[in-house]
Amino acid sequence: MSPLDIIAVVLILAGTFFGIVATIGVIRLPDLYTRAHATSKSDTLGIVLTLSGVALVFGTGVTTAKTVLLAIFVFITNPTAAHAITRAAYDQNIAPWTTDTEIKPEGDDQ
Amino acid sequence: MTASVIAIIQVNIGASLTEPVEAILIGAAIILILSAVIVSYRIVFGPTMQDRVIAVNSVGTTTVVVLALLAAALDRPGFLDIALVYAMLNFLMSIAISKFTVERGGVI
Repeated sequence: MSPLDIIAVVLILAGTFFGIVATIGVIRLPDLYTRAHATSKSDTLGIVLTLSGVALVFGTGVTTAKTVLLAIFVFITNPTAAHAITRAAYDQNIAPWTTDTEIKPEGDDQ
Repeated sequence: MTASVIAIIQVNIGASLTEPVEAILIGAAIILILSAVIVSYRIVFGPTMQDRVIAVNSVGTTTVVVLALLAAALDRPGFLDIALVYAMLNFLMSIAISKFTVERGGVI
């Protein structure tokens, strides 16, 4: 394996790890907004890392340009979609999850 | 017909498993498919409709990555075009659902 292949494999394995983290977040987190946080951040990072690895595997050419274009597109649109969905949920008065005990800000003696 | 398709897939994967990089690409694709199956729990049992939409969006982006990985592993660059179109349709699906479930629809 050439050094470029080793870099590509490391990027792909890191992207798969972040995909697993996003899956655990979607299943385990308590709320719609926290689940959207898991998919929009961790999943996007995993996708961009994996597609960077795929672009390194392809070498030079038109297919690498397509892969980079796909990575940029997903990097822009995936958080935008999560933002739109959560904003629609907030407009429909779905309450965010909070802890039962509110933490008072400092200096608030009442 | 399905037997011939399975034979073609076996020939392609068997030819590519001789290279370690392609084996790792196929393994990462299998792991991502399993995680997408786990995410589909949230599609079935999600309490609200928006939970289901977020889970479907996550499954769609996972599909895009799996298509790109298979394009590299099986040496078929045509899969990248399918991945691009699928990413655009996935984004449009999320925007359309979030826009038409709200009264006046100014979500972006």
